[in-house]
Amino acid sequence: MKVLVCISNVPDTTTKVKFVDESKLDTNGIQWVINPWDELALTRALEMKEDASNGIEAVTVAHVGLAAAEPTIRKALAIGADNAIRVNVDPKDAYEVASQLAQVVKAENFEIVLCGIESADHNGSTVGGMLAEFLECPSVTCVSSLKMEGGKSVITREIDGGKEIVSVPTPFVAVVQKGIAKEPRIAAMRGIMAARTKPIKVAEPQAVASLTEVKKYEMPKPRAACKFVDAENAGELIALLQNEAKVL
Amino acid sequence: MSVLVYTENWDGKFKKLSFELVSYASKVAEMVGGEAVALSIGNVENAELEKLAQYGAKKIITVDPATQAFDEQAYTKVIAEVAQKLGAKVVVLANNNKGKALAPRLSVRLKAALGAGVSKLPVSTSPFVVYKKVYSGKAFSDIELKSDVKILTLAQNSFDITTNPQAVVIEKMDVAAGDIKTEVKNVEKQTGKILLTDAEIVVSGGRGMKSPDNWGPLEELANLLGAATACSRPVSDEGWRPHGEHTGQTGKIIAPNLYFAIGISGATQHIAGISSTKYIVAVNSDKDAPIFEAAQYGIIGDAMKVLPKLVDAVKEMKSK
Ligand SMILES: Cc1cc2nc3c(=O)[nH]c(=O)nc-3n(C[C@H](O)[C@H](O)[C@H](O)COP(=O)(O)OP(=O)(O)OC[C@H]3O[C@@H](n4cnc5c(N)ncnc54)[C@H](O)[C@@H]3O)c2cc1C
Repeated sequence: MKVLVCISNVPDTTTKVKFVDESKLDTNGIQWVINPWDELALTRALEMKEDASNGIEAVTVAHVGLAAAEPTIRKALAIGADNAIRVNVDPKDAYEVASQLAQVVKAENFEIVLCGIESADHNGSTVGGMLAEFLECPSVTCVSSLKMEGGKSVITREIDGGKEIVSVPTPFVAVVQKGIAKEPRIAAMRGIMAARTKPIKVAEPQAVASLTEVKKYEMPKPRAACKFVDAENAGELIALLQNEAKVL
Repeated sequence: MSVLVYTENWDGKFKKLSFELVSYASKVAEMVGGEAVALSIGNVENAELEKLAQYGAKKIITVDPATQAFDEQAYTKVIAEVAQKLGAKVVVLANNNKGKALAPRLSVRLKAALGAGVSKLPVSTSPFVVYKKVYSGKAFSDIELKSDVKILTLAQNSFDITTNPQAVVIEKMDVAAGDIKTEVKNVEKQTGKILLTDAEIVVSGGRGMKSPDNWGPLEELANLLGAATACSRPVSDEGWRPHGEHTGQTGKIIAPNLYFAIGISGATQHIAGISSTKYIVAVNSDKDAPIFEAAQYGIIGDAMKVLPKLVDAVKEMKSK
């Protein structure tokens, strides 16, 4: 079976974001990384491939974006992905990303597709579900563990106040979150060397009209300064919460 | 013109989130000059369904697709069909586990732009512009939804419930779910505990709590306040606390009214999970800890000394 991991290229999570003319992210000095959940998805895909009982032959990563994202794709290859596909377009929204990814999945017949639950930029939780609907295949969202047993999926899905174990037939999309892998894998020197020669296939995009458009970005309103209460006087804090904030 | 709101049920019951959703949908309906219609899937008694009319639902549609399993594809098909039958212009869901599964699929099925995780009413309805957080709360953006039909997912605890009683109209609709491909093998559920995502007050501990054995007074404070407990990532990574409590960028994203951050430094990835909280109280021994920049109230001090004092103060408040 072939696994596809969809990766998004996002600013490092410690980045202090700034915008140019309220309309564009100021990319100056930004360190780009694989979206944290996608990195965990990739880690799990590689673990599954290494454990023969899952029956995984190859792990491919796909990214929809321009060539500037290649260092992030190379990083995924260095971590251990076998090959990569980049759809060469600057996507306008998640709908366009999902629609381009659907072409990739259809062209190469991936049986298992992994997406992260959220991308650290637009916080949409959208691409995985959209992709599944484009493919008209099952999806399982909020996935915290995944394995294949005798060609069948065994998936843990978080539900409110607990979890359930489910199975869906292939092909399917799993939208993964915390728990899917313990920690993201770090590229070793050998992996970095090997990644240099691993193939990144560049696919031409389909024409897709986006459904949304960012009108402007805004910084949060500065919060009022913190009001300090003396450590000896916890009662005063509780009184403030009761009478001033009115939350108790 | 109608605004369809999907109200999920928990073992046949609705909760505060359901009423937030209906309140929100009826306000959106006012803005677009239409009416709010609630959709319930599965077996919910009329007495429970009627509650939705209290918050502005002009009609409550129920569909029972005879499936116990939450099959994302099948549920999408049902909601989409109901939306199409009604000619709904806006579909509202919660930005929770189920909403995150369904909204993107619906977006494709209905070719409807998705505004995910909104916490306020639309900025305008023509053009249809929504306001939402981006970069995990480090910024916000106005996003235009350009399609004829729009989908919105509402962040939990972000919209006030408003009563707006309507005559109760319940309509049963027959909609086929299609093939159910999801097979549920096992369900594990905790009952009786306040869900972290539902909680209005959360008491959370970080590495500054020093040891897993020190959580007694923190839990006592939470119990007294009817609060849920949470923690920072390293605390759950270390196994001091269950993973379900991990809050932040890679854990749960919550928006309670009040969040106690005890011995938490306030790393950006932690703040990402609590940036929509109304009031943050920080207790930290380091006066320069970044958590004090996010907090409205702070105590500089040792968590182990401050927690018992907070417990006593809450007991005193309650005795009054
Ligand atoms: C990709 C990525 C994703 C991440 N996601 C998350 C996430 O989702 N959630 C998350 O929490 N973290 C996340 N992190 C980790 C994050 O960067 C921080 O390392 C983490 O939040 C720190 O946890 P902490 O505040 O408990 O511990 P520390 O940073 O060690 O802070 C402990 C605090 O306790 C204070 N303290 C010490 N002793 C006492 C005492 N006796 N009394 C009172 N205060 C005391 C210290 O002054 C300090 O401020 C992520 C990191 C990365 C790279």
